[in-house]
Amino acid sequence: MASPSLMDTLFQRSLDDIIKGLRHQQTTESTFISKVIEEIRRETKSTDLQTKSTALQKLTYLNSIHFVDMSWASFHAIECISSPTFSHKKIGYLAISQSFNESTPVILLISNQLRKDLKSGNEFEVSLALDCLSRIGTVDLCRDLSSEVFTLMSSSKVFVRKKAIGVVLRLFDKYPDAVRVCFKRLVESLESGDSQTVSVVVGVFCELASKDPRSYLPLAPEFYRILVDSRNNWLLIKALKIFAKLAPLEPRLAKRVVEPICDHMRKTGAKSLVFECIRTVVTSFTEYESAVKLAAAKIHEFLMEDDPNLKYLGLHALSIMAPKHLWGVLENKDVVIQSLSDEDPNIKLESLRLVMAMVSESNVVEICRVLVNYALKSDPEFCNEIIGSILSTCCRNVYEVIIDFDWYVSLLGEMSRIPHCQKGEEIENQLIDIGMRVKDVRPELVRVGRNLLIDPALLGNPFLHRILSAAAWVCGEYVEFSRNPVDLMEGLLQPRTSLLPSSIRTVYMQSAFKVLIFCMRSYFVQMEDMTSEVPDLASKMECSESSDLATGKAPAQSDQDEGFNPRNSNQSYEDPSVVGAGDGQTSASAFLEEKGFTHESTVNLLNLMELAMGPLSGSYDVEIQERARNVLGFIELVKRDISNPSLRKEANLEREEVIASRIVEWVHDAFSEELGPVSMTAQNRVLIPDGLVLKENLTDLEAICGSVELPSSTSFSLRSPYYGESAGVSISNLQGEEDSDPSTESTSLLTEHRKRHGLYYLPSEKNEILANYYPPANDLSSGINANDDSQDLVKLTDQSLASKRKPSHAKPRPVVVRLDEGDAAADLAKKPEVKDDLLSGAIRDILLSNEAKPTSSQSNPSEKSSSKRKGKDKLNVDLPDSKENLAVGEQPNPENPSSRKSKHRGHGKEKNKKSRGKKNGDGREDDGEKEKQKSRDHHGRHKTRQRADAPLNVVSQTPVVPDYLL
Amino acid sequence: MGIRFILMVNKQGQTRLAQYYEWLTLEERRALEGEIVRKCLARNDQQCSFVEHRNYKIVYRRYASLFFLVGVDNDENELAILEFIHLLVETMDRHFGNVCELDIMFHLEKAHFMLEEMVMNGCIVETSKSNILSPIQLMDKTS
Repeated sequence: MASPSLMDTLFQRSLDDIIKGLRHQQTTESTFISKVIEEIRRETKSTDLQTKSTALQKLTYLNSIHFVDMSWASFHAIECISSPTFSHKKIGYLAISQSFNESTPVILLISNQLRKDLKSGNEFEVSLALDCLSRIGTVDLCRDLSSEVFTLMSSSKVFVRKKAIGVVLRLFDKYPDAVRVCFKRLVESLESGDSQTVSVVVGVFCELASKDPRSYLPLAPEFYRILVDSRNNWLLIKALKIFAKLAPLEPRLAKRVVEPICDHMRKTGAKSLVFECIRTVVTSFTEYESAVKLAAAKIHEFLMEDDPNLKYLGLHALSIMAPKHLWGVLENKDVVIQSLSDEDPNIKLESLRLVMAMVSESNVVEICRVLVNYALKSDPEFCNEIIGSILSTCCRNVYEVIIDFDWYVSLLGEMSRIPHCQKGEEIENQLIDIGMRVKDVRPELVRVGRNLLIDPALLGNPFLHRILSAAAWVCGEYVEFSRNPVDLMEGLLQPRTSLLPSSIRTVYMQSAFKVLIFCMRSYFVQMEDMTSEVPDLASKMECSESSDLATGKAPAQSDQDEGFNPRNSNQSYEDPSVVGAGDGQTSASAFLEEKGFTHESTVNLLNLMELAMGPLSGSYDVEIQERARNVLGFIELVKRDISNPSLRKEANLEREEVIASRIVEWVHDAFSEELGPVSMTAQNRVLIPDGLVLKENLTDLEAICGSVELPSSTSFSLRSPYYGESAGVSISNLQGEEDSDPSTESTSLLTEHRKRHGLYYLPSEKNEILANYYPPANDLSSGINANDDSQDLVKLTDQSLASKRKPSHAKPRPVVVRLDEGDAAADLAKKPEVKDDLLSGAIRDILLSNEAKPTSSQSNPSEKSSSKRKGKDKLNVDLPDSKENLAVGEQPNPENPSSRKSKHRGHGKEKNKKSRGKKNGDGREDDGEKEKQKSRDHHGRHKTRQRADAPLNVVSQTPVVPDYLL
Repeated sequence: MGIRFILMVNKQGQTRLAQYYEWLTLEERRALEGEIVRKCLARNDQQCSFVEHRNYKIVYRRYASLFFLVGVDNDENELAILEFIHLLVETMDRHFGNVCELDIMFHLEKAHFMLEEMVMNGCIVETSKSNILSPIQLMDKTS
């Protein structure tokens, strides 16, 4: 290779050389490029513009295709555009369009050169400058050059004129004040006969209207004419897009436009136009039954085609239609369901969305079953899409579609076991959420959780860890529903838990501790049961129950009949140690017999726990370490009493035994506090106390919140026995008080629910039987093939069509705790705020305030306003001609001097229409109308004046917008 | 903005033309092109030509060894964009005579010029082949 340092000019490599070089040096591309860049750097320093521009051309190429940085060459690009030679200019402008942005330091330097080129006599130079401005125009550039662009908008050369109009979009975007100068001319170009210009203008309006449609309502007649008259599909599509935005704002307009749109849909052969019509109708004309029907028919045609593109678009249109016209989806359900097994993942995805749109209370079980079977056979990606959409559909609006929660919970368990499942976080949230919201489902929840926990294989899958965490929490929190707590304990403490991340491990430990406490307490209850003679069982039961009812407290356990609730008993009896045995013994003992807490098993549990916790007390993770030590401390306290059988036998009513039992009782108390869901807006309802200064900046909260982890169980602290002994009674009392305190919101809400829907609170025994009765929703081993599935699904949706609801459900839907507005608030999202930005403000100024004296600091306001009015009048006069079927004969006299203002005209028409409706007879009525009109005019004028005073503070108003189409 | 970018990519996934209508840094561009190429080139002829990507859509079409990919807003008419791609190819065909990858490689500037005639600010502004080509031909003649 010749040394590039010599005679750069003579031996400079051209762009073609570089491209050829690159093609032949595939392997060492990067070294070749860096060598070339070195050359380019040298060449750009040359004073010869030819050399420089070639270098720049090469750099631009490399930047565009090989991601080479070219920001360093921005000044050279400016040098190139100031060259008198067109080819240099061209290279320079391309480089600038490609590499300049708002933050390019030298960007303002091109302002003068751009102006010069915009004024150039050579239309190609003008066009280069316009193209460049449309790509990189900054606020400053747009401000400085707006008047040049304005001049070019009326250039005699179409080539220049259309580009100038195209640039206006950028101009408006960056420098909204440009509207005052250019808008009128833009509107005028709409009426120009030149098709090229019109298509550009409509494109510009289409973009503008998509941001703020309301401002362009007054131009509706122009767009209407295009919609009716134009034969150019590109143009028609744009016009349809505009009407899709305008129609929802003005029902009268929609009524007017819907027919031409249907016409196009029927007549045109161009699929793109048909599709645009369909989309316009299903998004913005949903109230027009016939139009929607036609659109649905066209969608059906699309779906029947072999072309995957049309199929996809058809499905897509259906999904737009689904929320308001579900029948459209149901009519095409065969295709939709077949598409679930389409080979194109995008089509599959669309049809999945549609299937989920068809889900209702009556078919959710079956649809989910079929979908889960699909998921098992799908590729991982689609499998997760399916799981994700099942989860999001089912939890919609606080599990609206779910009747049978036992089924749903077991479905969640099943989905966790799907090999590709990666939706751990969502399943975790739902498991916990359902546990807190739906009391009746807790036994099943614990069963599902247990099955997950005791399976050592699941621990190896990191995607499942979040689910396991939820399962562990649920099993710990609602351990009283467990049939075999020892089983749970073993699951929670199995060696493979070492595979869990520490945050989840802590949940496991805490849950294990809860289980332990439960077991021990059960044991003590059993013990005292056997030893103490309690005279009148029945009356006690009654007593505790009636106190329950009377106070309306709803702790979790009391209604479950197992009734290990120390709190109730504490109220009836002063002595907590007696109490432990006192309440609900019958069921409790039966329960315990079944579970068989013997002394040995309890000691074994303690040993197991101690064994598992021992090594963890030295863990590096502080959370684990702390919990392990807490548990170990507890075990040490209790074990002394319990492990010596002789001691136990001799003196089971003696002090030591009582101490152990009491400690267990207290800890149990701490755990049995119900955790309810909390309304999202709960915080808002707390009044801010006087004198409390809320910090604006909450950054230092980070330090505090950083360590907060997932909803781990209730925190607890193991108090020293001395403290506990003295404070034991007060703790239980305290909790009693807390329960009765109406200010603790969730508790009181729960209480209320229970009061109101008492009959839904089934006794747990019965519940469990029912739970057993349900067959598993999905048999993993069953190998149904996809066709069967789809047929199933077809049948299902048939069913759902035929019978809106299943006649009767096996059991009533359990109560789902729902926090009034709290939950709804989440759905509400942000209300769409009408963003009155500078641009729309300026445009409304122009379109609506003809007679207002422009107060803006423009150079020639009088000329502008008058010409504006002219344009406006023209707009209005045009109208009657194009619409013969308007109130003919009652048209306001166009020459009527009093109707010099467009607003009069608009109202006049309205009036005419109204009076025609009244058969034109009543003169007084007319007078009244006139009166009204006057006042309305006054109103309108008032408004416009306001607007002129404060142009940016535009009120969003429909009444002022005259209805040109009627 | 209707059209966000236009890419031409060959079968091997090498970019042959890239035109963006919004500013992206080099890194963003590299990432975007990588993702898109991975997504679209893996698809076969029996699959549809629309791919959802991030918060917009890609409409693509394959001509011989070259993929034409257009990134558009979600409410853009996909079929119209396919027609636009076809128009672009026809225009290039008319100019280069049976256009191929090499034509675009060696005449990148001209391809950009055609696009500038057809699209401005992300809006399609010109759809007549002769209108698009006449300035280019004039320039060819004068230079």
